[in-house]
Amino acid sequence: MTSLLDRKKKRVDDLAESAGTSLAADAFRRMARNPVAVTGAVIVLAFVLLSIFAPWLAPKDPFLRYPELLENLRADSIPGPQPGFLLGSDEFGRDFFSRLLVASQQSLVVGVVATLFGGAIGMLIGGLAGALGGWVDTLLMRLTDILLSVPSLLLAISIAALASRGSQTTVIIAVAVVSVPIFARLLRGSMLAQRHSDHVLAATALGVKRRTIVFRHMLPNSLGPVIVQATLTLATSIIEAASLSFLGLGDPDPNRAEWGLMLSKSQSYIDVKFELALYPALAIIVVALGFTLLGESLREALDPKNRR
Amino acid sequence: MALLEVRDLTVVFERKGTKPFTAVDHVSFDVEPGQTVGLVGESGCGKSVTSLAIMGLLPARGARVTGSVLFEGVDLLTLPDKQFRDRRGRDLAMVFQDPLSSLNPVIPIGIQVTEVLERHRDMPRKKAMVEAAGLLDKVGIPDPTRRLSEYPHQLSGGMRQRALIAIALACRPRLLIADEPTTALDVTIQAQILALLKELVHDMGTALVMITHDLGVVAGLCDEVNVLYGGRVVEKAERHELFAAPRHPYTHGLLASIPRLDAPRGEKLNPIRGSVSDNIPWTEGCAFAPRCPNKLDVCVRVTPEQEDIGGGRLLRCHNPVKPPVVEEVSV
Repeated sequence: MTSLLDRKKKRVDDLAESAGTSLAADAFRRMARNPVAVTGAVIVLAFVLLSIFAPWLAPKDPFLRYPELLENLRADSIPGPQPGFLLGSDEFGRDFFSRLLVASQQSLVVGVVATLFGGAIGMLIGGLAGALGGWVDTLLMRLTDILLSVPSLLLAISIAALASRGSQTTVIIAVAVVSVPIFARLLRGSMLAQRHSDHVLAATALGVKRRTIVFRHMLPNSLGPVIVQATLTLATSIIEAASLSFLGLGDPDPNRAEWGLMLSKSQSYIDVKFELALYPALAIIVVALGFTLLGESLREALDPKNRR
Repeated sequence: MALLEVRDLTVVFERKGTKPFTAVDHVSFDVEPGQTVGLVGESGCGKSVTSLAIMGLLPARGARVTGSVLFEGVDLLTLPDKQFRDRRGRDLAMVFQDPLSSLNPVIPIGIQVTEVLERHRDMPRKKAMVEAAGLLDKVGIPDPTRRLSEYPHQLSGGMRQRALIAIALACRPRLLIADEPTTALDVTIQAQILALLKELVHDMGTALVMITHDLGVVAGLCDEVNVLYGGRVVEKAERHELFAAPRHPYTHGLLASIPRLDAPRGEKLNPIRGSVSDNIPWTEGCAFAPRCPNKLDVCVRVTPEQEDIGGGRLLRCHNPVKPPVVEEVSV
């Protein structure tokens, strides 16, 4: 039988276990209690899982033209849902549902890769500017200001149009470049705020080396807004990549399944089969919404003002 | 030779388009090894700027620092940045006013204590952690090993200030500057922190520069007191003499403004009239003149010079309060 003393000891031990809760752990706990965050997380998780396993989940080959569908394909009628084909045919007699599913991969790849590249380059620029200050800061920030002064979609279109033939890579580069100045400005701003904070002053007063101050005291405290921005940038990257494809600046291969491209092609058939436009559009909206909800609630959770 | 000799320390803040502002004006004082010296004055009198100037923490641009700060004979103001960085935290350290914002919120206390040990005493992390636990224990933090893994927000205000003191004293500096270390704390905690500081500097033989607006702190802690007004030292005296016989009207006003428990019921508080914004520039007379009850005509025309009035006391006043102060018999 456990005595009262044993139980008390146990409770003290448990307390000791939970002693150090970092900002990240704290933020995670707060997000788990927030329905908005959970909604966003569920959407994002579903999207990621669907796109990873899309080739196995797709009931039909997304690139094949099926005779059952071609049979009824006319200029003024595209077959709707039927056994085996959940959403019916697309304009070429392929399985619309499978194509929608597989297309999610493209969005995930573009979103993640573009955000990683854009974020890394932007953080490098912003980190250098914030840590060094002076003329380095002035030079780098004027350059990012030039990028920021051009509307993002216009900038992305200009960059994508530079390539002679559109491809997935040019889309990724274009979308990544657009996000660079945002990350640069953001990290530089929060590094500057940290530079004048009391704990950096206190660390300086202890003779801590400048490098240590930058990497241990300034950078980790500046990352919160950047993480939030990365989540939100995933959403805008997906939308921008789809926009570029929609405008014909992506890979023009008609076999390719991509939401922006599907949306673009569906325009000619919008009075024949409205769903061809509806579902890719819905997919883009829902995924972007998921990332945005997650990003916004992350911002809230990381805000030290909400910390208890 | 004194441990710290501050001579004619002057800090002028300059910004394009605005008039230069002299925050600290020819301040001089000495700190002997193991001695506790107080810098007292109200907000805006230049106390904190003085401490930041001594530590070399004022921004290089915008603040012009002149005079000399000799620490063991070495002028800190002309010391190359790298050498100064080697001394900060090892030979001279500082405790700041707000214990929460002075700690890095995203890393555990332990790393912040060991950081200074690794930096100045070349200790490996593991050994430094053991030492850090000992330090936290010494400043009266219970269960130090567990606290090392905690983050600043999990500690109470008093405990945070204790941790900061532990960090500042980790390398046994010869000089500690404490800038209002108790202002952000509850009164009961204030007393504990002051007692702790007193004990530690006594044990380690560390000299202490105590920056405060609180005369109660001065009374309990300081050997010698410099009263600052408008960036200049207006009165300097040994603690007992200052409290027994304040000569400068400002010091006198500060002491008289402290509410007393033994005062007759119904007595009003006794504030110094006006505020720092009423100051006139020192170049045109005495900065305190507009608020001074002892004001003479000469006060607004001639700048009072610092005079030695004997017994190690310095005074800057045309019409000081008479020495045998009648201790509030009437009124």
